[in-house]
Amino acid sequence: MRGIKTIIKKELADHFTSYRFTIIFALIAMISLITAYMVGLNIRNELEGVAKPRFIFLMLFTSTGTLLSLVHFVAFFGPLVGLVLGFDTINRERNEGTLSKLLSQPIYRDVVINGKFLAGVVMISVMMASIVLVITGLGLIVLGIVPGLEEIWRILIYLVISIIYISFWLGVAILFSILFRSTATSALAALAVWIFFSFFVSLGASVLANAFASEPADTNPESVMRRINIVRAFILTSPMELYTDATATIIDPTRKHARSFIAMGHGPMESLSRARFEGPLPLSQSVLIVAPYIISLIALTVVCFAISYAVFMRQEIRSL
Amino acid sequence: MSTEAVIETQELTKIYNGQAAVENLSFSVNAGEIFGFLGPNGAGKTTTLLMLLGLTEPSSGSARVLGMDPAREPIKVKSVIGYLQENMGFYGDLNARQMLQFIAELNDITAGIAAERITAALQTVGLAEEQDKKIAAYSRGMRQRLGIAELLIKDSKVAFLDEPTQGLDPDGSNRMIELIQSLCRQKKMTILLSSHMLHQVQKICHRIGIMIKGRMVAQGEMDHLAKEKFGVGKKRYTLEEIYMKYFQEA
Repeated sequence: MRGIKTIIKKELADHFTSYRFTIIFALIAMISLITAYMVGLNIRNELEGVAKPRFIFLMLFTSTGTLLSLVHFVAFFGPLVGLVLGFDTINRERNEGTLSKLLSQPIYRDVVINGKFLAGVVMISVMMASIVLVITGLGLIVLGIVPGLEEIWRILIYLVISIIYISFWLGVAILFSILFRSTATSALAALAVWIFFSFFVSLGASVLANAFASEPADTNPESVMRRINIVRAFILTSPMELYTDATATIIDPTRKHARSFIAMGHGPMESLSRARFEGPLPLSQSVLIVAPYIISLIALTVVCFAISYAVFMRQEIRSL
Repeated sequence: MSTEAVIETQELTKIYNGQAAVENLSFSVNAGEIFGFLGPNGAGKTTTLLMLLGLTEPSSGSARVLGMDPAREPIKVKSVIGYLQENMGFYGDLNARQMLQFIAELNDITAGIAAERITAALQTVGLAEEQDKKIAAYSRGMRQRLGIAELLIKDSKVAFLDEPTQGLDPDGSNRMIELIQSLCRQKKMTILLSSHMLHQVQKICHRIGIMIKGRMVAQGEMDHLAKEKFGVGKKRYTLEEIYMKYFQEA
């Protein structure tokens, strides 16, 4: 790929020096720091006088301190980083007349889009890795516990999934930057898609389930299952939901999908029998459970990028 | 001057949405000459240039640049052609040296050679003193000259200049014309120059092609074109008179 290194280098330099990136990065770093700190304090209080659970360190990422856990936070606002990095990738160059300058150099057209996408992915990786490292470091100080080997693996896998997830949104943003000439339009379109998939899909799922399945009051196991299946099928069209499911048992090994099915009270006997399900899953089993979600997430990213690629390669250069 | 054709097109046609932007265009440009490519806005000049660069595929017909087909070997063609597009696009947050460095890297020019060429080129176009300024702060004339520097960095054999003097003050456009002339004389570049400044075209172009509504209505040396339209006259016609005559008849 002739020229791709040059393009990536240039894009990275642009990203690192842009105000927009600095602002977003500062915001995210600040919020993740505060989240981790609150969570860390919380965990310490919670753990006072309790036998030590196996994966305390991971709780830094999953425990909801005052508002949101870091995992939630990335699921909700990670996409924004992808969108901000990508919404004006192509159309800005088009408007400034630099795209035709770039394309009249002896490089293939796909080098431009590949280089830009890869530079974005590098940016996202740097960002996520530093956030996770900061939280890990902070956790060491606040909790005074060293993460075990398995926990480190889990954090690494979580990191990779998060990078793929945000890269998907980068892909969406780049697609819109190819489709729309105006940077404002592409930013708004990308935001609209983000809002739709992140907020409306989960709301719409139960509405849809009401339409196709029986009433929620129906306790017949068959119809309950039917309802749940419809809701899940619909909800999984949302990348955010995919991401949440993909990271679920990785970062939170004691989490069970089954828990929501077992309708139990809160009496002493119930909680005793619930405790049987509370043991953490081994890493290999956790990975097995989330593999389909991870693969779907990767597939989504690839499809999105492939569409951008195809559209960009076919576009006429005229009147740039 | 040798008469070997560097650019040659045969029945080149481009159709956009059912409308022909360029229709059956056949012309040739010889090595080392400046070919004035004239015509009203929207006549299809830029489209022709894009086809010659391999950035747009022709609907039919064929083109050759230095014996290569731009539609089949776009990378090779683009590495020998320097293209100065109409709205000089530069990255405003780079300075001149960084911009030229970027171009050099895209052209796979090794760092040592690139640094030498950049220094020399900035000197030639008179931007050596302003090389550390961001391009965003450049005047239009400076941007155009930076474009010429780019051609020198690439060491192109062929240059397509699309309206290089548009919007320049008289001094700026004269400097530009001199630069273009020196490219041809000293670097032996073959230049395809599209412009509306007929007076300047007349001064520096060896041959002229007039394109109207996607068709080349005339091509050749000025005297030849004058004879064709006005017959053997006593006085010398200016290019403007010739152009207007063709334009009114089309």
